[in-house]
Amino acid sequence: MFSILARIRRTGILSEPLPTPELRDAPLEGLQRELQSVFGRALRIRHVDAGSCNGCELEIHALSNPYYNLEGSGIAFVASPRHADVLLVTGPVSVNMEEALRRTYEAMPDPKWVLAVGDCSTCTGVFGVNYATRGRVADVIPVDAVVNGCPPTPTALLRGLLQLTGHAQPPVSPGAVPFDG
Amino acid sequence: MTDNSPEPNDLHLPANVAARRVTVDAAHWLADAQRLRDQGAGLLTLWGTDDRDRDGVFRVFAALLLPDRVVVLEHALAGGSTVYPALGHLFPVAERLQRAMYDLLGLRADAGDCRPWLRHGGWPESIFPLRRDVGATQNYAIHAKPYPFVPVSGDGVHEIAVGPVHAGTIEPGHFRFSVVGEKVLRLEERLGYAHKGIAKRFDRQPLQEGHRLAARICGDSTVAFSWAYCAALEAITGTELPRRAAALRALALERERIANHLGDLGSLGNDAGLAFGLVQFSRLKEQLVRLNHDAFGQRYLFDYLLPGGVVIDLGARMIRSMLEEAAMLEQAVPALRAIFDDHAGMQDRFRDAGLLSPELARAHGAIGLVGRASGIARDARIDLPWPPYDVLQPGRVLRSAGDVAARVQVRFDEIMDSLRLCQSLLQTLPEGPGLVPVPAAPPGRIGLGLIEGWRGPVLIALETAPDNRVRHCHAHDPSWQNWPLIEHAIIGNIVPDFPLINKSFNLAYSGHDG
Repeated sequence: MFSILARIRRTGILSEPLPTPELRDAPLEGLQRELQSVFGRALRIRHVDAGSCNGCELEIHALSNPYYNLEGSGIAFVASPRHADVLLVTGPVSVNMEEALRRTYEAMPDPKWVLAVGDCSTCTGVFGVNYATRGRVADVIPVDAVVNGCPPTPTALLRGLLQLTGHAQPPVSPGAVPFDG
Repeated sequence: MTDNSPEPNDLHLPANVAARRVTVDAAHWLADAQRLRDQGAGLLTLWGTDDRDRDGVFRVFAALLLPDRVVVLEHALAGGSTVYPALGHLFPVAERLQRAMYDLLGLRADAGDCRPWLRHGGWPESIFPLRRDVGATQNYAIHAKPYPFVPVSGDGVHEIAVGPVHAGTIEPGHFRFSVVGEKVLRLEERLGYAHKGIAKRFDRQPLQEGHRLAARICGDSTVAFSWAYCAALEAITGTELPRRAAALRALALERERIANHLGDLGSLGNDAGLAFGLVQFSRLKEQLVRLNHDAFGQRYLFDYLLPGGVVIDLGARMIRSMLEEAAMLEQAVPALRAIFDDHAGMQDRFRDAGLLSPELARAHGAIGLVGRASGIARDARIDLPWPPYDVLQPGRVLRSAGDVAARVQVRFDEIMDSLRLCQSLLQTLPEGPGLVPVPAAPPGRIGLGLIEGWRGPVLIALETAPDNRVRHCHAHDPSWQNWPLIEHAIIGNIVPDFPLINKSFNLAYSGHDG
C-alpha cells in the first residue's frame, strides 16, 4: 500500500487544461457558459464502434488517461444509451453494425447529439462504400458534428466535444415531445 | 512433396521468411496438410481466389506455419467445382476460416459447420462478394435472419446475450453465455460485426498504395500489418530493404508492442479493481505515443512504413530522447510490476482465472502472446528471423500456467525485452538510406509477408495484377487462432470475470473481421 501511495505522490497531477475550441463565432467563455447551462458540467457519452479499425478507440481511451482527464471536465462515458447525451460513432458503418447503430441512436433520450469521429465516419476513409460498408455515419443517422483524423488526436476529440455545444438549441428528433417543465 | 528434394510442383515463394509454395490436387491437399501437421505445423490461414477470368477455376490456399518455414498449399478446384476438402478435423482454426471463405467466395468445405460467419444478412445468400463478377461498390439491403446459437438446456440454465455494442469503448462483437447462477457453462462467440470488405477493397488498388489500407486492417497492429504488406511487395519485386530502413521498422514494431502491452496492463489492473494501475500505465503509454509524435509525426504509426522503407528518418536528438525514455521505462515498469505482484487482491483475481492449459493450447493451435503464456514457445522473430531480427536476437518469453496471471507476466517480460531491443536498435542504427524505390511488379506473382506483431504473427498474402495493381490480398490476424480458445478458457469461471479474461487475451475484432 505504501508503495502505491508513494508512487501516486511521485507522479503528481499530470492533467492538462482543456484545449481552446476552434470555433469561428463562439468564444470559449460563451461556450463554457452554454455547456454549464445545458449540462451542468455533466455531459454523458455513449460510444459505438460501427466497424472502426480500432485506431480511433485507442485515442478515445487516451481521453481517460491522466493527461486529458476527461472525467475531470465533467464529461464521462456511460454504459447505456439511455444515460447518454452524446453518441460518439467511429468507423465506416459496416452493414453488420448498421442495425445496432440505429437502435442505439433510437434508444437515446432527447435531446441528443451525434459526433462522428475519424475519417471513416466522416468521409468513408480508406474503406469507401462496398457490399460490407455504408460509408459516412451521416448516411445512416443524423450527425451534428464531426472530428476528422486517422485517427484524430485526443486534443482534436476534446475540441469536437466542445464544438457540439455550438448548437444554439439541442437538436430534437422529429416527433419527440419537448419537455416543458 | 518431400522436404529435402523439391518436386516440380514445389516452388520458392517470395517472402520475408523461408517459404515454399506447393501445388496439389484434392488428395494431396489433405495428405500434405496431415503430414505437415505431424511435423509440427499449425494452420496459419486459409483463403480462396476467383481465377475464372484467367484459367476458369477457383483456387484455395492454406498457409501452414512450421517451426522454421511457411508452406503454402495451393489447390485449383477442377472443372469449375466450388467444393474443397475440409481441414477442420486437422486444425480447429480452419472451421471459422472455411465459413468465412464460403460467405465471401462461395467455396464450400466438404465437412464442418455450415453456419454463416461474416455474412449477417448484409448481402444476399446468393451473392459472393469476392467473386470478380460482383461490383466493387455494390451495396445491398439488409435481410438479417436469427443466428442459430447452439442451445444449452438443463435445470436453471439461462442465457446472457452481450453485444455487439458493449458497455465500454470496445470493438463490436457478440458473446452468448449459457450460465447457471454466476457460473459459465458455455460461451459462444459471434464475430464479423466490423467486417469492412477489405479484401474486396484491395482488388485493383495500386500496389504502391496498398500499405495504407493494410495499415488499417487492425489499428493497434498498424506497424505489423503495414510491414507484412510491404514485405510481400518487396519480396515479389526483389527489392532489398536497406538495413537502416529495416532497423527503423523494427523500432516501430517494438514500440507498438510496448505501447499495447502498457495499455493492456493498465486495463487489466483496472478490470481487477486497481484503478491505480490504469492511471500509471496509461500515463506511460501516453508518454510513449507523444514521443512517437515528436519522432515520427504520428502518435500511432499509421503510414510510417511504405514499400521500400519508412517515411521519416530518425535524427540524433530523437535517438537520444528514445534512449532516455527506454531508461525511464526500465525503471518504471519493474516498479509497477512489483506493486502488481505484491497486490494480494489483484493476484487473487489473476491466478487460475481463464485457464488455458498447455495441452488445450497445443491441440487448438494457440499462437502469439496467448500461446507463449500457455507453454507454446513460438515467436516468428526468433524462429523465422527476417532482417533485422536475424542479428537482433529477441529473447524467448515463455510461461506455462495459462491463466490471466501468466498472460500478464508475458506482457511484462516482453516489454522488458522490447526495451532492450529498442536500445540495441538505437545504439547501432546502420548508416544508409531509409527508403529505396520499389520497381513495378510483374503480374501474376504471389508473395508473403509474415511479421510477429504484439498479438502474434500477422500474414499478408499478396497477388499482383497487370499495371502494377493488386489482384488479391489476403490478410490474417492471429486472433483467428485464439478467439475460439476464449470459449474454452471461460468455462467454469464466473460471468463477472469475463471482462478480465477477455482483456488478458485482448484479441482483435477488426483484424479478425476484415
